[in-house]
Amino acid sequence: MFSNPFLLAAGRDPFVELPQLEGVKQFVNNWSPPEFSLPFIVLLFIVLLLTYKKWTKPVIALTLLVVFVVVYFGAMLVDYNYYEILKKADNVPITIMLLGCGIFLWTAFRQAARNDVRLEAGKPLVDEERDDKVLVWPDLVYTELICLVLASAVLVIWAVVLPAPLESPANPAGPPNPSKAPWYFLGLQEMLVYFDPWMAGVILPVMIITGLIAMPYFDTNPKGNGYYTFRERPFAISVWLFGFLILWVVLIVFGVFLRGPNWNFFGPFAYWDANMQVPLTNVMMSDYFWNPKDLLGFGWSYALPKNPFIREISGIVFTAAWVFILPPLLARTVMRKMCMQLGTFRFYVMAFHLVIMAMLPLKMALRWLLTLKYFIYLPEYNLNL
Amino acid sequence: MLTTALNYIRSTQVWSSIFRHGIPRDRRTRVMAVMSNVFLHLHPVAVRKSGIRLSFTWCMGGLTFFLFLAETISGILLMFYYRPVIEYAYADIQGLRAHVTLGVLREIHRWGAHAMIISIWLHMMRVFLTGSYKPPREFNWGVGVILLVLTMLLSFTGYLLPWDQLAIWAITVGSNMGKATPVFGMQGPFSDVLAFREGVPMVTTKSDAAFLLLAGTKVGAPALMRFYVLHCIALPVVAGVLIAIHFWRIRKDGGISGPM
Repeated sequence: MFSNPFLLAAGRDPFVELPQLEGVKQFVNNWSPPEFSLPFIVLLFIVLLLTYKKWTKPVIALTLLVVFVVVYFGAMLVDYNYYEILKKADNVPITIMLLGCGIFLWTAFRQAARNDVRLEAGKPLVDEERDDKVLVWPDLVYTELICLVLASAVLVIWAVVLPAPLESPANPAGPPNPSKAPWYFLGLQEMLVYFDPWMAGVILPVMIITGLIAMPYFDTNPKGNGYYTFRERPFAISVWLFGFLILWVVLIVFGVFLRGPNWNFFGPFAYWDANMQVPLTNVMMSDYFWNPKDLLGFGWSYALPKNPFIREISGIVFTAAWVFILPPLLARTVMRKMCMQLGTFRFYVMAFHLVIMAMLPLKMALRWLLTLKYFIYLPEYNLNL
Repeated sequence: MLTTALNYIRSTQVWSSIFRHGIPRDRRTRVMAVMSNVFLHLHPVAVRKSGIRLSFTWCMGGLTFFLFLAETISGILLMFYYRPVIEYAYADIQGLRAHVTLGVLREIHRWGAHAMIISIWLHMMRVFLTGSYKPPREFNWGVGVILLVLTMLLSFTGYLLPWDQLAIWAITVGSNMGKATPVFGMQGPFSDVLAFREGVPMVTTKSDAAFLLLAGTKVGAPALMRFYVLHCIALPVVAGVLIAIHFWRIRKDGGISGPM
């Protein structure tokens, strides 16, 4: 009973409602908000890292790919809202990015698994065994030529098949709802849910850039240079991939596919209702500190002090501790060995970037669990964190 | 017949003045082919076999460079048809499809830009996962990060040029972040720290970070011109110079990485 997008081109409504699937769709919609889906995705990420020697076997990886493709594209045939989002010309790159990340992660971890098995057995790497030099002409030049021809063909076909969208002329008085930044910045726009613009739009991007540039200088592990491995650098790879895949790629997917009018969250099969009302939660850390009785049901109850710095003392102390006390604490406990290897200066540059990055998942968790809006709320100075 | 003609051409003074070596059939002439060509000279003469496996490099760096060239060429062609003033910009974009022969220029440019962002991210992921940023390639990784930022800025400045609703409001969302810059943005923390004297602030809506980007308090005609110049001249020139450094340093730092 399925119909397909080609029927739509022929001017027919291709979507046959399947009542059997309503329950499934409802289930997915209910569980897709970030407070449920992100922890699940993080869990999946951890499992994939732990079992990389198993799932990278071609049979399993191919099965996973086929299942993903069938579900991802198959859902287009049975749900109109989902179809509308995915078929949008400007959203095609997101699909390509997802498939690209998946396939290349597989090739990387497949080779890492093979290398790691050999390293464990004390054998040389796969590449070391057959490492003869070849001339650039013809070996490399021809590969480049083939890639160039293929890439040109793909680009021209893409351009002919898919017209570039053009909306109505710019109207400075009429913003569309939702107004979205270009898709590659939507990870940052998604962070705006948890942080104010000065943090999500300025501090965090700058620290992503400085962190990336500084990375080779604070990753002093000499192993794993020039070949795929996970065993020899598990910390570096886990942290970096967590940052790139979860805090960047997944947030982009949320921003593009699942954020609708007023930046409200909609499940993949939900209609983007512009009139949907979402209750706002504006609980500050200072509210919890001065008045836990009303919020948590136990403890004391004071009126907020007049002086803003005394009022926000809990958030200020917490933030200062997170940024300035946590790194030395790590240096003396779990990261003791790393601190000795890196030296004080390199370690603290690394740790500073690490705790700022960790602030995002921390803020997310506190938002979901305690509906916390800000650690520090100082509108007097435009300083909300 | 054909062989004779080709042999004749190859024996002429014109041919031998351009190509200083014979047909690249043996080792010596193949080395010469790479060494005596300014473009091929970006490569070393010989490379590690494992280094050029497609499963190792994913060809993503090369693809990014290819897309940069494709964007440059299609961008130059688009400049023939497009005027960066708000009276004409939108109509010129409409005309690209309606009046220009083989009107897929803008499609190539737009999809190429999207693809370039993806390929540069995947290139970065490959370089990270193979540990290729480690010594002696630390500096080149840094150059690559700057190129990544430039690519995203190129894409961002180009986003405004069609001057449709998508363009103007996406740039508004993006440039609103500039207003929140600490100290230098009107709505950012500590925006009143800088002052000429008491009561005369240095950072106002007409002098803050967002104003620098937009040449105005909101996205208007001056912003369009500013983004056009950045998109077509300033950013590509800087990117071009850094790409040259990036490629040069790949060679100087030992070629495509491999087990040491």
